Amino acid sequence: MNETPNTTPSEPELTLAEARAQLAKARGRNYWRSLEQLASSGRFHAMMEREMPKQAIAVSEWDPIDRRDFIRLMGASLALAGLTACTKQHEEKIVPYVTAPEEIIPGKPLFYATAFSHGGYGYGVLAESHMGRPTKVEGNPDHPASLGAADAFVQASILQLYDPDRSQAHLKLGRSATWNEFARDIEAALSPLSNGAGFHILSETVTSPTLAAQIRAILEKYPQARWHRYSPVNQDNALEGAKLAFGSPVSVRYAFDKAAVVLSLDADFLSHGPGHMRYARDFMARHTPELGKKMSRLYSVESSPNLTGAQADHKLSVRASQVEHIARALARGLGLNVALGDTTGHDEWISAVLRDLKRSRGEAIVIAGDNQPAIVHALAHAMNDALDNHGKTVELIEAVEADPVNHSASIKELSTAMAAGSVKVLLMLGANPVYNAPADCNFTDALAKVPLAIHHGLYFDETAKVSHWHLAATHYLEEWGDVRAFDGTATIVQPLIEPLYGGRSAYEVLSTVLGRSSRKGLEIVQEYWKEASNAGDAFDSQWRHWLRDGVIPSTAGGVQKAVAKSGFGSGAPAPLSSEFEFIFQPDYGVWDGNYANNGWLQEMPRPLTQVVWDNVLLLSPQTAAARGIKSGDVVKLAVGSREVEAPAYVQPGHPDNAATVYLGGGRTAAGRTGDGTGFNAYAVRTSEQPWIAFGTLSSTTSSVDVVTTQEHHSLDGRHLYRIATLEDFIKDPKWVQAYDEFGQDPTSIYPGFDYSKGNQWGMVINLNACIGCNACVVACQAENNIPVVGKDQVRRGREMHWIRVDRYFGGDPANPSTALQPVTCMHCENAPCESVCPVAATTHSADGINQMVYNRCVGTRYCSNNCPYKVRRFNFYKFADHTTPSLKLQRNPDVTVRSRGVMEKCTYCIQRISVARIAAKKQGRLVNVKQDGLQTACQQACPTRAIVFGDINNPEDDIAKLRASPLSYGMLIELNTRPRTTYMARIRNPNPELEGSSSAPQQGEPV
Amino acid sequence: MPQIFKPTANAFARLSIAIGFGAVVGSLVVLDLLTRSPYGTEVNVAREQPVAFSHKHHANMGIDCRYCHTSVEEGAFAGIPSTKTCMNCHSTIFNDSPMLEPVRESWKTGESLQWNRVHDLPQFVYFDHSIHVAKGIGCSTCHGRVDQMPLTRKENTLYMGWCLDCHRAPEKFVRPKDKIFDMAWEPPPNQKEAGLELLKEYKIDTEHYKMLDCYLCHR
Amino acid sequence: MSASAPEKTMGYVEIPEVLDLHHTYDTATDKINDVILKKKTPVPIAVAMGICFLLVGLLFTTITKLVSTGIGIWGNNQPVAWAFDIINFVWWIGIGHAGTLISAILFLFRQEWRTSINRFAEAMTIFAVMCAGMYPVLHVGRPWLAYWLFPYVNVMQMWPQFRSPLMWDVFAVSTYFTISLLFWYTGLIPDLASLRDRAKTRVSRFITGVLSMGWRGSARHWQRYDIIYLLLAGLSTPLVVSVHSIVSLDFAVAQLPGWHTSIFPPYFVAGAIYSGFAMVLTLAIPVRSYFGFKDFITQRHLDAMSKVMLATGLIVMYGYAMEAFIALVYSGNPNEAFMMKNRMFGPYAWSYWMLITCNGVIPQLLWFKRVRLHTPTLWVITVVINIGMWLERFVIIVTSLHRDFLPSSWGMYAPTKWDIFMFIGTIGFFGFMMCLFLRFIPMFAGFELRELLHKKKSPPH
Repeated sequence: MNETPNTTPSEPELTLAEARAQLAKARGRNYWRSLEQLASSGRFHAMMEREMPKQAIAVSEWDPIDRRDFIRLMGASLALAGLTACTKQHEEKIVPYVTAPEEIIPGKPLFYATAFSHGGYGYGVLAESHMGRPTKVEGNPDHPASLGAADAFVQASILQLYDPDRSQAHLKLGRSATWNEFARDIEAALSPLSNGAGFHILSETVTSPTLAAQIRAILEKYPQARWHRYSPVNQDNALEGAKLAFGSPVSVRYAFDKAAVVLSLDADFLSHGPGHMRYARDFMARHTPELGKKMSRLYSVESSPNLTGAQADHKLSVRASQVEHIARALARGLGLNVALGDTTGHDEWISAVLRDLKRSRGEAIVIAGDNQPAIVHALAHAMNDALDNHGKTVELIEAVEADPVNHSASIKELSTAMAAGSVKVLLMLGANPVYNAPADCNFTDALAKVPLAIHHGLYFDETAKVSHWHLAATHYLEEWGDVRAFDGTATIVQPLIEPLYGGRSAYEVLSTVLGRSSRKGLEIVQEYWKEASNAGDAFDSQWRHWLRDGVIPSTAGGVQKAVAKSGFGSGAPAPLSSEFEFIFQPDYGVWDGNYANNGWLQEMPRPLTQVVWDNVLLLSPQTAAARGIKSGDVVKLAVGSREVEAPAYVQPGHPDNAATVYLGGGRTAAGRTGDGTGFNAYAVRTSEQPWIAFGTLSSTTSSVDVVTTQEHHSLDGRHLYRIATLEDFIKDPKWVQAYDEFGQDPTSIYPGFDYSKGNQWGMVINLNACIGCNACVVACQAENNIPVVGKDQVRRGREMHWIRVDRYFGGDPANPSTALQPVTCMHCENAPCESVCPVAATTHSADGINQMVYNRCVGTRYCSNNCPYKVRRFNFYKFADHTTPSLKLQRNPDVTVRSRGVMEKCTYCIQRISVARIAAKKQGRLVNVKQDGLQTACQQACPTRAIVFGDINNPEDDIAKLRASPLSYGMLIELNTRPRTTYMARIRNPNPELEGSSSAPQQGEPV
Repeated sequence: MPQIFKPTANAFARLSIAIGFGAVVGSLVVLDLLTRSPYGTEVNVAREQPVAFSHKHHANMGIDCRYCHTSVEEGAFAGIPSTKTCMNCHSTIFNDSPMLEPVRESWKTGESLQWNRVHDLPQFVYFDHSIHVAKGIGCSTCHGRVDQMPLTRKENTLYMGWCLDCHRAPEKFVRPKDKIFDMAWEPPPNQKEAGLELLKEYKIDTEHYKMLDCYLCHR
Repeated sequence: MSASAPEKTMGYVEIPEVLDLHHTYDTATDKINDVILKKKTPVPIAVAMGICFLLVGLLFTTITKLVSTGIGIWGNNQPVAWAFDIINFVWWIGIGHAGTLISAILFLFRQEWRTSINRFAEAMTIFAVMCAGMYPVLHVGRPWLAYWLFPYVNVMQMWPQFRSPLMWDVFAVSTYFTISLLFWYTGLIPDLASLRDRAKTRVSRFITGVLSMGWRGSARHWQRYDIIYLLLAGLSTPLVVSVHSIVSLDFAVAQLPGWHTSIFPPYFVAGAIYSGFAMVLTLAIPVRSYFGFKDFITQRHLDAMSKVMLATGLIVMYGYAMEAFIALVYSGNPNEAFMMKNRMFGPYAWSYWMLITCNGVIPQLLWFKRVRLHTPTLWVITVVINIGMWLERFVIIVTSLHRDFLPSSWGMYAPTKWDIFMFIGTIGFFGFMMCLFLRFIPMFAGFELRELLHKKKSPPH
């Protein structure tokens, strides 16, 4: 990573100073243009390589020095004598606009409603723009899929925009080429084809109405052309299941807020799937104890530990192939005519669940996971039917994906055609099949037979490398477009900034294919919607509303009436196999590999495993022990004739004789950050067995560092995380505080402070609601300019996240209970850190905030030693990237970028508080979080509203109520730290009939 | 061997001790004085500018501060006028003056003018004009009589200590709302009492050292 | 090991006088000054100097790397934010304790045997404190701003935070250093004068002349000398206790299990004296035998110092015992109890048991006179004690930090090569200074020896 790439000798090396100078010349709109010019120059690339953005992992000075350095340093040590601290500020320029845009007040951000698409489905967002540069993405409260929340992917999308490794020019056979050249080439290539025979388009899941319309137009123009779809993480099984059950490819929309009993058949609906944020919100609304509300109950059958299982009141951990058998037994129990399988050992569990389901007809949900075969989905539909949940908790809507197809079949069909040589022109939109196509397609070889392969994408990736044409794509914050959400609601995607690297959107590509290369995204999208809305003259005003609200009203999928057929399950299921089983799962961080070059996501501790930077293979403790495998050992997994080596990681609660294989690793052309992380699981993933595969696992002699942010997994009997069952809570509402055996001795040798007046900031973290999705972690990183430190530094225990989600296991390792606890600075009223800082760099504010003044900090690290919550983070190196121009643009201008040698930590988003405080003071009043819309970044991102920030002095404030609740407790209050961040103990709602076989912790058992 | 030290050597010894001690203390004192001197503070040092802009000249024509510094009441930054703002007048007045060539150039090419910052706070200081203006701190309190400066210069050090002087005792500096932009305003003899009155009126809360919280300026 | 009667004979041995009475004033003085006045540096010293010089180079390299890239080159991490840096700081400060104790307290108690070792011990103290002093400055993230720890008038109108023990350290250590230096130098003046008078070359004469500040040994000089020496002794006596008590507060004031305990000050002081004496012996024994100073540093001294080590060693052991008792039984605090169990049986158990062995078990041999008088054994024991005292700081700092309140944040610590370079670098620096001292400065208080000689030869009637 550190060596300079061979640039063409003709070009002199570009220095940062030059680059800065070039940029300094331009401002406002120009800024973007010149940055673009700069970015597209080869010398710029060279410089980027040299400057080594800290997105990249290794940084020379962090590596052990060699002999030459040693001597150099010897010499330098003399020079050091002259080191001085008194330096004068260098002169600064002020560069005003030439003509100031009306809407901009310098220093005040603007928000634009648009939509981020993940796996083809839209999530409504509000993008924050500082003087013309997007800096942060928040959820759009008016959008059904996000309701104001924003998961890790949404949050990290802003970093992708500025990724210096994004492809920065259209390339023809590796040489940069113009758009017109492309237009000519595609024209020339298509004209000889009769009716477009041999013209194939490959896209990922498409929900965009405009894009779909364009493709249909193409298919009309070229009747013989073919449109294939392939997303490695797709809803094939759901689609086939719907066909099986209803004969038509309907989509399903669940209403978890109406459900009293939820049965998940290996479905991780809280963290995966197009509607997960909404579902998590709805589910938790019903799963948290509230007076006068019936608390819902969740049963989870899981083949691999997932976040939904972690919330389950009853969890059944079985091999993926057995889930079908359990589903059949349940279906039969509900009076459906299906053949039974093998459920030995689980019958008690099944019958208890059945009784519970029957008790709550019309307010239950049975949901099947995307990795379960079609039959399980069909059975789920049938069960919902039998429990007559349809129209109540479950709604069928017309398919959201445009002309849905079976992706595995579709890609197979394409590769066969390619191998047969019948594909003349292949246009790949966003897809990266060379990396992620099923192994049995031999896509790469087949692609070699295609005379003209065109790749359109954000990166010059594996596929781009072997294609004739690579078209640089625009990021969603750079383009006009539209996308539909899980429930069909459409949103207009609007750009916040000119394309940084001169990319073109998929719309413009297709328009060019249709021979209209000059058309811009805006025209294309507007043309479609003018027609679709047939609003006529009212269109413009409507359009403006759509842009403002971020949703297009009444575009949600219409409700379908359908009754599940019967008989599909009458055939006997495949008998349980004793073969070793692999379950393929998208990675919680890099998903299917698309986000591999995103430092924030790579460094995000994966939920439940806390692993960073690599994808791993999960094994149960028993299986691992039996085979003598430890975490970090490299194992060889073989499916049929294909095999790949992967680092193993031992995960309690994993079913035996099976392994979870996370996708997304082993990229070779992702960029400097993503290359060489993890292993490529697609090498053994076939189109026949895309989700559950049988094969063999053998251990090798080698082992690697699997780096995690948490090394100890048990609470060792400490009452940090508190949990009880609903009955016990009702019996003894005081149980929570009962744990504070030492109480809180208020005596202190230092004088107290009067916190009774004015705003007094505090935070409550609701352990009932937290699903451990880590959205808060990435949101905080985006808001507070938190650097990425790289795998090696995390291994040394130097990660910089200000908020973390601690994860503890309790009970039986075979089927443990999982505790997920977000921890951040507690802003103690008697902060241990403050009294030990020799230079008063961390002090207390009148409104109860533990302030951290970076510019005063000399870095003794004493505060960190004395912090019982260990939430302080130290800049052991100059972690923040001060060099890469594009990354600098992402920074939040209201937050200091910390240099090396200073301590940092959660500030309750002091910059946001300041904005609200100044606004309120101008009106001579106190801040009111509701009225001023004051939220911390973590709170705003949280899908389940588990984090509540507010004024503990204001009785109207939610936080005041929460702190008064009997569930409220403070962590380690016996130390008399008087934390301002407190917790709400977790309440489970187990089924009394099953409490014996309970998988979750009992009261008093602190997990 | 002969004696090499005469009794006078004692005198030298004593002297050298005195000098050595003096040197140490002296150098520290000098260092401190240096940071407080115009060399360190750059107070009253006029900066070279692309256009020799005179606040004096423009202010005397009765142009309000806010005509150019538009966002001083809403935003953290007072705002630097865009070239267009200049051209509003100078497309007709002095439209051939060679002094204004850079402005016309900028207007033609679209390349911004690049002024040299006179009031330059460190990167880690977050100052907000709007709140100060809203709470009765006038332009001249910090910027001095800009309306009498042919070339703009700093009137105050902008050192942290200087900020604290006011944050510790705002009553010494606050002025009536209608005098904020009045450059000629001088504190009345009864400023102490008047100031305390204004603090009440502006709801400026000095108790609990609220005005000294670090995060008011450092984030 | 050259033959001296007591060591040869088994069974009961006579402990000799505090110095060999065959000496006359002249012979004594000459013997001391010869070392310095001879032209050629003795080979072993030259060699030692050479090695130490290389280590000093290593030290400066490390410091440069440290200042230019950051603390990250060390093994420190979250949760173990302090490690080698503070361990070594405390270790060196501890070693620096023997000096003032011997000079001041033993002087006030009129312990004759201190006379021939005080100069040596004081020099060692000063160099040890220098080594110690490096760490607090260099362990901070931004060393160039370390001066913010000093209270001085500034344009930020900011004062240091006087509640912080680190703040107290600044005063404690700097005071200690200053007083020790004065003490040492004052004691040197008469000897420098006698050097001046014996100097053979003009240059050395000039230098020693300047340094001896025109000392003529007149009655007036002597009378003033005695007053100032007594005053300094009085001044530095409290320091012996204060410095290490305050250093111990760095830990005792924090609320971390294993740090937050009231017994730290006394047992840190005891430990300091323990290690101080050990280091004095570690250095004195070889020097004594090489330069043939057996007649100044006699078995009597070794015996007396061994006894002091034995005593302080027992206090330290008592400290460990009480620490365990308080944590496991008395406090009833689960976190404290866990900390102690973790020390004894956790991943760093080896360090704890090694500590007990080095500081507690092995030194018990000093109960036996024969061991005390068998110089090589004694020397080995002193080295063992030095190691033990280093381990004590390792145990206190690392094992307390690496597992505190939240299991999620537990971690492990391992030093990097830079940690080790820095440590042996300071040892090199220490050695280098010692060599310079041996070569250029009388390592015995000559006039005091003469005084003692006088006393011994003509006992008061």
